Amino acid sequence: MQKNRVAAMRRAFADLHLRVNLKDPAATARMINKAATLGYRLIAVPSSPETRADEIVKLRTACSEAKIDLASRIDIKPRTQNELIQQLRRLRRKLEVICVNCENKEVARQAAKDRRVDLLNFPSPDFRSRFFDRAEAELASNSLAALEIDVKPLLVLEGPARIRLLSSLRREAAIAREFHVPIVVSSGVAAEMLLRKPREMAALAFLFGLDEASALEAVSQNPVAIVKRNREKLSSKFVAPGIRVIKEGKDC
Amino acid sequence: MKRVKRRYLALQVDSDGAPSAREFMDAVWGAVAKLYGEYGTSLTSLALIDYDVERKTAVIRTSLATVDLVRTSLASITSVANREAAVHVAAVSGTIKALCEKLKR
Repeated sequence: MQKNRVAAMRRAFADLHLRVNLKDPAATARMINKAATLGYRLIAVPSSPETRADEIVKLRTACSEAKIDLASRIDIKPRTQNELIQQLRRLRRKLEVICVNCENKEVARQAAKDRRVDLLNFPSPDFRSRFFDRAEAELASNSLAALEIDVKPLLVLEGPARIRLLSSLRREAAIAREFHVPIVVSSGVAAEMLLRKPREMAALAFLFGLDEASALEAVSQNPVAIVKRNREKLSSKFVAPGIRVIKEGKDC
Repeated sequence: MKRVKRRYLALQVDSDGAPSAREFMDAVWGAVAKLYGEYGTSLTSLALIDYDVERKTAVIRTSLATVDLVRTSLASITSVANREAAVHVAAVSGTIKALCEKLKR
């Protein structure tokens, strides 16, 4: 326990799903400052194709003022397998994190086996629309996709809806662990008051069966590793996994 | 009889208004009871040790075995006295003296 606590002090905590209104720079800055105060060192804000370049610049400025690292992220909601493949082809080289909101089984299966997908998200609290089963986990374990769990529904839902969601999350987390699929716990919140400290996010992860070490990994190592891996791939020096340009010139 | 080990939690209440000690503890009891039921709540031995209305800070006591349960419940609080709120854990310690030292650091 003491070892966990010491490790927790050195961790870089990340929230890869901070939903801010980019049209409101003041609220965005408040949200980012709050995330920095709560102890996050890395955040990702989902953008959309309609997001303007000046909004991204303002977001980056707010993050550098708050001394917090920003990763670029997009959430895609394809309706078919082909739509997903097209969107991945178009976006993969431009963004650091790609999350697929799986709203049907066909998309969920394709997203799980595609190595260009970073996060699989199942936004519906209804267990019939959550497709993270053993087959999905097996596909994801052979690719690079992680299971993203947002804590927002746990905070806003009440009664039977929350009970059913917890039951689904517990089953999904157990399957993910069995197949060694990394779990990323994100906030998914748009309101400042719903933001929680990283340790509090880990505490909420106890509700769906993660132990202390796995819960802390889900808010630190796992999301940080995704961003690090993709930054390396997007760097101009990257050639292939394990191969990168060290020096260029005539004397090489 | 075996001595029950306890933990003290220093809390920061983040809300627009300034809830009273009673309103704050009602929110804490309510959150624990909602998540873990009456039986689970009875195991926590929750008690309010100190509450500062102006600074919106509190110190609560719980048994060591249920610290995680209380932490989870505190993280699930979204309102205190019908006003939007969040309760953040600032420090956890085994004695009030050590808790104060942690907070000073």
